[in-house]
Parts: sequence; C-alpha cells; structure tokens
Amino acid sequence: MFSSFFYLLRQRGLHVSLNEWLSLMEAMEKGLHQNSLTGFYHLCRALLIKSEADFDRFDQVFLEFFKDIPFHEELPEELLDWLNHPSEDLRRTIMKLRDQGFPDETLEELLKRLEERLQEQTEEHNGGNYWVGTQGRSAFGNNGWHPNGIRIGGESRHRTAMMVAGERKYRDFRKDNTLDTRQFQMAFRLLRQLSVQNDSADKVLDVDGTIRDTCDNAGTLKIRYKNPRKNAVKVLLLMDSGGSMDYYSGLCSMLFQAAIKSNHFKELHTYYFHNCIYGDLYNAPTLRWDDSVPTEWLLQNYDSSYKVILVGDAAMSPYELREQRYSWSQKVYTPSGLEWLSKLKQHYPHLIWLNPEPLPKFRDYWSQTHLELASIFDMYDLSAEGLETGMKRLMVNR
Amino acid sequence: MNQAFQGSNQYVASQELMSTVNIAIALQKPLLIKGEPGTGKTMLAQAVADALGKKLIIWNVKSTTKAQDGLYVYDVVQRLYDSQFGTHGVDDIASYIKFGKLGEAFQSDEQVVLLIDEIDKADLEFPNDLLWELDQMEFYIPETKETIKAKQRPIVIITSNAEKELPDAFLRRCVFHYIDFPDQQQMEQIVRVHFGELDEHLVQQALMAFYALRELRNIEKKPSTSELVDWIRALIAGGIDPDALSSDIPFAGVLLKKDKDLQTLAKSKR
Repeated sequence: MFSSFFYLLRQRGLHVSLNEWLSLMEAMEKGLHQNSLTGFYHLCRALLIKSEADFDRFDQVFLEFFKDIPFHEELPEELLDWLNHPSEDLRRTIMKLRDQGFPDETLEELLKRLEERLQEQTEEHNGGNYWVGTQGRSAFGNNGWHPNGIRIGGESRHRTAMMVAGERKYRDFRKDNTLDTRQFQMAFRLLRQLSVQNDSADKVLDVDGTIRDTCDNAGTLKIRYKNPRKNAVKVLLLMDSGGSMDYYSGLCSMLFQAAIKSNHFKELHTYYFHNCIYGDLYNAPTLRWDDSVPTEWLLQNYDSSYKVILVGDAAMSPYELREQRYSWSQKVYTPSGLEWLSKLKQHYPHLIWLNPEPLPKFRDYWSQTHLELASIFDMYDLSAEGLETGMKRLMVNR
Repeated sequence: MNQAFQGSNQYVASQELMSTVNIAIALQKPLLIKGEPGTGKTMLAQAVADALGKKLIIWNVKSTTKAQDGLYVYDVVQRLYDSQFGTHGVDDIASYIKFGKLGEAFQSDEQVVLLIDEIDKADLEFPNDLLWELDQMEFYIPETKETIKAKQRPIVIITSNAEKELPDAFLRRCVFHYIDFPDQQQMEQIVRVHFGELDEHLVQQALMAFYALRELRNIEKKPSTSELVDWIRALIAGGIDPDALSSDIPFAGVLLKKDKDLQTLAKSKR
C-alpha cells in the first residue's frame, strides 16, 4: 500500500526519487505527520515535491489515491496503522522483492536496485506490464478500503488533506498554462550556449588567476589570460500574422516581447508571414508588400547555424499549403507553401514550430494542415512549458 | 521534538509553514522557501531564529557570489604583503584563511540558523557546488589540510525567487515550502502584528481596498504584504478618513510600482 503510492506518483510524472522517499519514511518514523492524513499530506508535499508547478499534479494524485477515505471522518484503522508504522511496510516491500528472486543483499544495494527497477518501470509501463502485476496498481486495488467496510464515526476535522488537495489552488502554477512574458523569458534563457570563444583574438585578463599566481610566485608579476565566454546563439523568429492568428495576438506579442527582452542572443531577426511561407517574408506584422524580403534572400544570408522558431496556428485551407501559386508579375507558377517550408526545414537543422492552438483530436477541414505540418515539424504548444521543451530541442543536435 | 516553531509575535506563520519548518528541523535538512515577493520569505529565518532563541547568520547571495565565498577565502595578497615587510606569522597559513558565512555557521559552538538568501541570484552551478557541504556539513581546506566540520548542524533556510531553475540533485536534498499569498483573515493578523494598536475600521477598509486592487485584471505587478504595510503607514501618517477608501485609493504609488498599473487603476475607477 505504501509503495503503491510511490509508484502512482511516478506514473503520473512526478519524479520522486528513492532518497526522498526514504526521508519521508524517516520523517514518519519520527512522527512528523502527527498521525493525521492532513499532516501526512503536508509532509509528503514538503519532502517529495520541489516546485509549486507540481503541486497541482500532486494534489490530483493524492486525491486519486486517497479518494475512498472518508476524509472528514475518523481515519480507517488500516490507514492509521500504516501511517504509524511506515517502516514495516518498507520491510514488507523488501521481503516481497526478496521473494521474487532478488539476491540477498545488503539493504543499500537492494534499494539501489529498487531504484533501477523503478527507472525501468516508468519506461516499461506505457507499453508493457512489467511491474504492474506485482507492486503497481494491483496492490492499490487489492487493499480495497471501501468506506462502507469501515466503521465511520468521530468528529469532523478542521481542514483536511482532501479538502486542501481538492481545492487544487495551485492550478495556476502548472507549467502548461500560458502566463506572462517573464516565464517566456525564462524559457528563452535556456537558449544559451556559452562558449569559450577560442577564435576571438582578444583575450581577457584573468584577474583571480593572476593574483594567485603572482602571490605564489613570491610577488613577481605573473599575468594570466583567458578566453572570454559569450553566448553564441543566433535566432530567427518567423511569425504568422493576421487571420486566425488574431485570437492569439496577445500571446504572440508576449512571445515577441520576451524574445526582444532576452538580449543575450548574439543575433535575433524577426519576419512575418500570413498562414504559410511563400516567396516573400515581411518585416512588419502589417504585411505590407513594399516592406518585404524574398525568402530566398533569407536562406542565402542566414546560414544553418541559426535557430529558427516558427510561430503559427498552422490552420489554413489545404490549397494554401499544397497548390503552386501563380505569380501575376512573373507569369509563372511558383513553389507551393509546403515546398517552401520543406526548404526551410532542410536548410535549418534547428527549427521548431510553436503553435498557440493545441493539436486537434479530429481531422476536419481547418485542422488537416495542422496535423500534416505537425507530422513534419517539431511542433510545440505556445505555452511556457511548450516553449521550454522547444528551447531544449533547439539546443540539441539531431 | 523539543524545539518547535510556533510563529512569533513578529511573524505570523500559517499552520502549514510552521509544520514544514518543524519537519526541516527534525530531519536536519535545508528548508527551501519560495513564494511571491513580499510574502516574508526572508523574515521567516529571523522569526525562526527568534522563536528558538538562536543566532541568525545571513548569507546574501548575489549574482557574483561563488560557493567558495561561503566557505572560506584564502587571502594570498595579505600574506604576500606580510612576507615583504617581514611581519609576524607568515608561515601560519591558517591566519590567512577567512571564513565565509557557511564556515562561520559551522564554527559556531551553538546551533545557529543560517539563511542563504535568494540562492537563485547566483550562477546555475552555485547550488550544486554546495551539495556536499550542506549534506555532510563539512568542507576541506587544502591550504591548511584541515577539515572543518560543523560543531552543531545549523538550521539552514534557503529562499528563492524562482529566477532560475534549481538543479534536481539540490532539490532532492531540501524540504520545500511555497508560501501562499495570505488570505484576508491572515493578512489582518499580519497587519496587527506590524502595528499593534490600529483603528478597526481603517484595517477593514484598507484590506478591502487592497484585495480589490489585487483582484483587478491587468495589474502586472500585484502589491504584496510589505507594500500593504507601507501603505497603511502612509494612510495613518496622512490622516486619511477610512470611509474614503471605498471610492478612492490615496497614495496608490506606494502599492503599485508600474506606470501601467497606475493607469489601469485610474481607468478602472471610471
């Protein structure tokens, strides 16, 4: 029962380590949960959860696990028993593990193995049934503390864990919410490649090194130099403007502000397009034709070391994406939007697409291009979390 | 548990916060405190120290702070000077070792409360560099071949404004608490702690106006506890009639620090 809560937390994406779990056990041994579920809730949260962004998720898991407990009444005996003797439960868990063919090792080694197994479990679980049968949900199900089966009585408590968890007041801290520019800025900061500029001619004086070496040298001056460290990231921001993007204009302008304010980029260039990229890109979101540059020029002038962020909802008529366009001025057909986009993707290995609209569940007329583009590009939600994962993607070579 | 933190007459702590503090003390783990600016993260350490009757050592972290600074600094330059003028004790390296705040806390004969304030201001690597020291409560000085071990494990309180993500390995060793913004009832208590004697009517009106202001949409930087306290002080000094607060917010500049927010306020009144 005890360990299944641990497994559940991990299954729900909370990365609780075994060390933290052991501290929890130690704390319960010392009676820090004050023999109440509310105390246990606070203790768990303080020791296992290290970010307010995860509080909401924790609340949900806690609710899911303990929902059958009649929370405003006296605690079931079984639960109280467990709360009072956590270590026995651990011992039982270890005994069980031993029974299942774990070699008899010292506790430490055993725990280490347990952790490794756990690691495996989170990966295996999605597709397989490796652990579920033994320690996973079945233990959780088997225990069956039904409110009906337990005598109910006692007085109501003031502010119980269930109520606290049920309020879910940390919802706003969830990372998948879109918040303010500050969070965007924080995400942009991930886009940082401090590199010691070996190629730069001017070195900087290493003051600390010089002082230390000089003193070690009994006062005869010994000067030390080092290479400066600078951010080497160059960014190209391409934004969809107008039409269906108007709903998200606030969000997009926030992203833009954040990008501008993140003055740590070596270069940042912004261009605009409508729905899809064709032969021209615009310098301003007003998309005036006399204020544009050819996309071809962009490809020639910004080499593949640029990191490209495309922002758009990818919702358009299918013909806007696939059909070749007739250029009235040149009297020829020009490449379709998809061809242009593929060109970009080929040219820039570091390219992500941020989409303010979540991926549609069903294919309909307006969302088919969204699905199609999502399969071609690395597409992320335009939220603090999406941006963060996007930035991480931009930092790695793939 | 012989030592228990129950808040103090200078500081109003929620039940949750108090129990978290006690958990951290009992488990001898660092307590990591996060929360909106102005919710009294830094004040907490002072309150804990006062309540337990211990000395408080504050290590203010800045963007240039290195982990080494908290342990000790070896003053090579002073030693060189001394060697040139032939003054006493150049051979004694130990006298050129200056302890930082963490070193000071370790050296103390009695248990102290150590506050590492705004840890997220420093470099990304900073918390990782302190892992061993906070875990084992000891560090080694290669210059004197000496190991400094804490005589009494200090109670470590760390505050963060979440400007940087803290490394996982560091977080795993901490007890975490997020200070919520106090609700109106709690806030009333806090205000009373700060002012003692205060006109009941004024408190009610001021709090109402304050929470209404926080509820306003489009306010970018919401006023916090410390701003409320300043504001009430200004109201008292200005001799403002409490009844006027429902229609108008005087000294709004004390509460709102951004031009845009002041404009939003002005607009909302119309």
